[in-house]
This record gives sequence, C-alpha cells and structure tokens, in this order.
Amino acid sequence: MSTLEIRNLHVSVETDSAEGREILRGVDLTIRRGETHAIMGPNGSGKSTLAYSIAGHPKYTITEGTVTLDGVDVLAMSVDERARAGVFLAMQYPVEVPGVSVSNFLRSSVTAVRGEAPKLRTWVKEVRDSMATLEMDPAFAERSVNEGFSGGEKKRHEILQMALLKPKIAILDETDSGLDVDALRIVSGGIESVRAAGQTGILLITHYTRILRYVKPEFVHVMAGGRIVDSGGPELAAVLEDAGYDRYVKVTEPAGTVA
Amino acid sequence: MVTAPVHNGSPDGSSAGTGVGSTATVPVPGSSTGLPVGSRPGVAAGRSDGRPDGRPRPVHSRDPQAHPVPTGREEEWRFTPLRRLRGLLAGPDAADAALEVTVQAPPPVTVEHVGIDDGRIGRVLTPADRVSAFAMTRTERAVVITVPAEAAPEEPVVVRLHGGGGVAYGHLVVEVGAFASATVVLDHTGQATFAGNVELSVGDSASLTLVSLQDWDAGAVHVAAHAATVGRDARFRSFTVTLGGDLVRLSPTVTYAGPGGDAELYGLFFTGAGQHQEHRLLVDHGPRSCRSRVAYKGALQGDGAHAVWIGDVVIGTDAVGTDTYELNRNLVLTDGARADSVPNLEISTGEVVGAGHASATGRFDDEALFYLMARGIPADEARRLVVRGFFAEIVDRIEIDSLRERITAAVEAELGGVV
Repeated sequence: MSTLEIRNLHVSVETDSAEGREILRGVDLTIRRGETHAIMGPNGSGKSTLAYSIAGHPKYTITEGTVTLDGVDVLAMSVDERARAGVFLAMQYPVEVPGVSVSNFLRSSVTAVRGEAPKLRTWVKEVRDSMATLEMDPAFAERSVNEGFSGGEKKRHEILQMALLKPKIAILDETDSGLDVDALRIVSGGIESVRAAGQTGILLITHYTRILRYVKPEFVHVMAGGRIVDSGGPELAAVLEDAGYDRYVKVTEPAGTVA
Repeated sequence: MVTAPVHNGSPDGSSAGTGVGSTATVPVPGSSTGLPVGSRPGVAAGRSDGRPDGRPRPVHSRDPQAHPVPTGREEEWRFTPLRRLRGLLAGPDAADAALEVTVQAPPPVTVEHVGIDDGRIGRVLTPADRVSAFAMTRTERAVVITVPAEAAPEEPVVVRLHGGGGVAYGHLVVEVGAFASATVVLDHTGQATFAGNVELSVGDSASLTLVSLQDWDAGAVHVAAHAATVGRDARFRSFTVTLGGDLVRLSPTVTYAGPGGDAELYGLFFTGAGQHQEHRLLVDHGPRSCRSRVAYKGALQGDGAHAVWIGDVVIGTDAVGTDTYELNRNLVLTDGARADSVPNLEISTGEVVGAGHASATGRFDDEALFYLMARGIPADEARRLVVRGFFAEIVDRIEIDSLRERITAAVEAELGGVV
C-alpha cells in the first residue's frame, strides 16, 4: 500500500532577507492510498505551502524534516520526478500555457507519467469518458491549456488530469474555492470517482467545510501557525463549521501572511 | 494628427536584460509582469506629414548618394550596430558568385532575368535608405516573377538564395495579375553579406502569400527592403521567419492601391547569442476600407541577443473604414538578451473600424514550467512545449507542411542550446 509520510517538515519561503521566513514549523502527517484526508485552517496557516513543498515548487526551501513515498525520499526528486513517482498537485491557480492544446498537454503528461505513450484508440475513449464524468464539452480538448478558462473550467481540468494520471497521492489545493454550487457538485463528483477507485490517497486542502458535504474525508486535520494543531474524524469538520478557527488561531502565533 | 508611440526599450540600454514591460505615452500603464500591453489611441483629424512619431519621412531615391550616411543616431538606425554591416552603407563591390539564386516556378508562372533599367523595376519600391539604393543600382540581373492574371498554381514559387560568402546584391520583383493566386517562398541560406530589394505587386482581387525565410549560417549579414502594394480587394499575407545570421535587418512595407485590400504580416524570429535581428514594418493605409494585421513573435536566448521590432502604421485622411491591429510579443529565455519593441500608430481620420496595437516582452514563465513539470513532463520537453506554443499562432498559419516542420525543428534545435 502506497504511503506518503511527512515528518517534522519545516519550510521557509524566499524573502528579501537571506534567512527567508519559516512557514511550516514541524508538520507530521501520514496518508495512505485509498484514504481521504482534509486539511483545514485559516488563511496563512501554511496549507498551500505544504502542498507546494511536497510538489517541489522552487519558491520553498525545506529546512528540516522528511517527505517519503513508500520509503523513497521525495524531497530529493525534481518536480517532474515527483509527479512520475505518483504525487499529484491540483493547483488553486492553474497556469495558462498559450498555444498548447489541452489534448496535447494531457497526452504529453500521461506519456511521461506512464512511461509510454497511450494507445491512440483507448486513449481517445479514456479522455472522453473522464471528460463526460466532469461534464466537459469535447471541444474543450482543443483549447489552449487554462487560457481563457473560467474558474470552474480550470478546476475541472485539474481533476480531469488527476483522473487520467491516477496518482498514488493527490493533493488538492483549495479545489473548491471560487466554484458555484453546480461546479462544486461536478468537481466533487470527479474527485469521488477517483476516490471510489481506491487507488489514490487524497489530501484535500480547504478553507471551507462546504466541499466536505460532497467529499467525505475519513480524517480531518486543522492547521494553524505552520503546524497541525488538531486531528480527528469527520466530526471535527462539523465542529469547525460551527465554531470556526478562532480557538486555534488564539493559541498559536501567526505564521505570516500568504501561504 | 495623433501619434501614439510605445517604446519598449530605450536607446541608452536601460531595458537591457529585458523582462521589462512597456511604457507607453497612451494611457496604458507600464507592465512589469510581461503581460500584454494594449492601447487604442484617440483619434483626431489632421495632416499627416511625418512618420507616426513625428520624425520626417525618409528620402526616397534610387541614388545612394541622395541618402546621407547614417551616424547611428537617426531614428531609423539607432538600434542597428552599424559597424557590423560590413561596409554595406558604402556600397562595396560584389564578390564573384557570392549568391546563387535558383527559382523553381510552376507553370504558368514565368521567370525572367532583366537589367535594372527594366520598366518593372522600381514601380513599387523606391529605396528609402542607402543600402536599398545600393542594392538597386548594383544588382546586375534582377529577377522578375510574373503570375499571369487568373492563374492559380497549386505549387509555390520557390526562390533559393544560397550564399557562398562575400558581398552580394539582389533585386526581386513579383507581379501577381488580377484574380491570380500564388505563394512565393524566399529561402535564404549559407553565408553572405547581402543587400536586397523585394518588390511585390498584388493585382486587383489577387492573392499573394510570401514566405521569407532567413535561415542563414552564423555570421551572415542581410539587409533588405520588402515593399508590397496591395490592389483593390486583393489579399497579401507574409511570413517573415528569421533564424540565422549575425545581423539581419528587414524593412517590410505595405501600401494599398485601392480600397478593400487586406494585408496580414506575420513574423517569427529566434534571436540567439550575439545575433542582431531587426524588423521594421510600415503599413500605410491610403485608400478607404483596407485591413491590416501584424503579428510578430520572437524568442531571445543568450548573451548579446538583440531583437528590434518597429511597427509603424499610418492611416491617412482618406483611409476611412480602416481596420488595423499590430502586435509584437517577445519571449526572453535567458539573461543577457535584449528586445526593443516600438509600435507607432498615426491616425488622420476619425472614421476607422479599428486601430490598435500591443507590445509585450516577458521572461520565460517559470510558473508554466513548474505546472508542466508537476505533470511529469521533464524540464527540456516542458520548455519545448511552452516555446512551441508561443510560436503556434504564427507557425500554424503557414500552409506548407515542409516549411512548418523545418521552422519548428530549427526553433527546437536553437532551444537545445540551453536545455
């Protein structure tokens, strides 16, 4: 069973000062294939930093701790190696790549991750089926990656990639943000179908409890001040919905601004 | 007269290193993020007696001596490293067999080699600088390609100009008769110090596509004027693709002979270390109801890479119903490269359909690289995808498969230098 283990992770972000600013201050978390975890927390708590650090964004420096996938050091890998090893990050703000069609992009990505080009006939059907699950028009495949996409289209496109890449561990960074109710339902349906296959461990990062009505995590963690300050089952989400993050924020010093 | 120059880069080199956005005199904020900068200047009636930025129109003459020797401070020459022109401003003697020219023309297209006193020389182009004037006077045999009226050869006319080294002059005339349709490819390769003129006459309701490929060996110098006149309801499309050479300076101009003309000028350049590539465009809207589109995209890579793009559009007092838009985008792949981009728009009539321009120079988007790599795509392939995507809107319009493939391969070979 695939397992992502995060141990005592400390991460700094580049700033003008030589030292950088520490955002994560010792995160411990274990995610196994087939499990769904939600990480919740106020703005600036370090949720997105955790996501991007695992994916290998160059802006973040790991100062202490380890991240392993089935015992293999993830932090030693380049960004693309991490993806090929089975780590997927659905981004909050997916980047435009003008002139590169969605179909070309998906095929390049799947070819890289699977290690061989998918057979054309099965590939076309695979993409079409995954797009249908996400209620995406087939014409979408001919558009440039994320260019002119609405918020909902960008998020559906991220989940489409997750469905095709079948990662061992998928980190969904605020995939619910900026979605209206219909788009949230569709995107959640896409996440659910990946989850139902049982091949992927999901780490759902969210500010709001709204998406948890559609995607039910087994584990809920609260992040504040760069640490996981509380963990529990789905009942913890219900508590947060009623009480908010106030009691966590009060007992921890702020980690800074954006994370 | 309203002028709206946008200077993306300055003569004192303050934009060296690039990644710099544009500063504009029109009410468009400068962009430091490499995001597009567009503008739609105001409109006022008035007399048009200068270039869009108010500088005087250059002398037009066949006589080289009528054109003063530039000092490098003139607006027309300030970006060009004059000492790298290998003396072309002085009109050096041509070397023997410096340039081998072969023309492949499908019937019923005719090809003639004529003296420079032939009546068809100089109908469209009167030299606007010394190099062009020397090219006209020193060319011994000009090439005249004629596409008869109503002819529509399926195969392109291919003119191969292969340099064997040394100074060469050339003059090419393409006349496309009324209702005819043709594609002409100019394929420059090899080593040369070449001054050339190209005159293109597109007859009424005719259609001409010109592809000029500058695929020179390293070290070549190429200075050329391309002048096209677009007939009533005629269509002209050009693709200017500059890849090689030490110094390439091309000045394409378009004028319209009647209403309803349509010109689309596309360009692609890949400026490598130490290369100077300069494209100076002028679209002169005289008659009413003509359309022009300009889109040039360049990638720069390596120390001392310097690209210059000047886009002048003039809309005269009679040019009501004009529809024009010009765009230049530069993608800076490494430190040490510099792009200068100067769109200028002069409007002398209030009744236009559209008149706008956009210019932006930006660094390679590291976030796009991260995004692609986070999907398992290795860095070198991700870079290729991004650059290929950047050029796609130009390359995909070229209808000759073999040329498209050659250009794509050449760009990817250039990219191989850093990845």
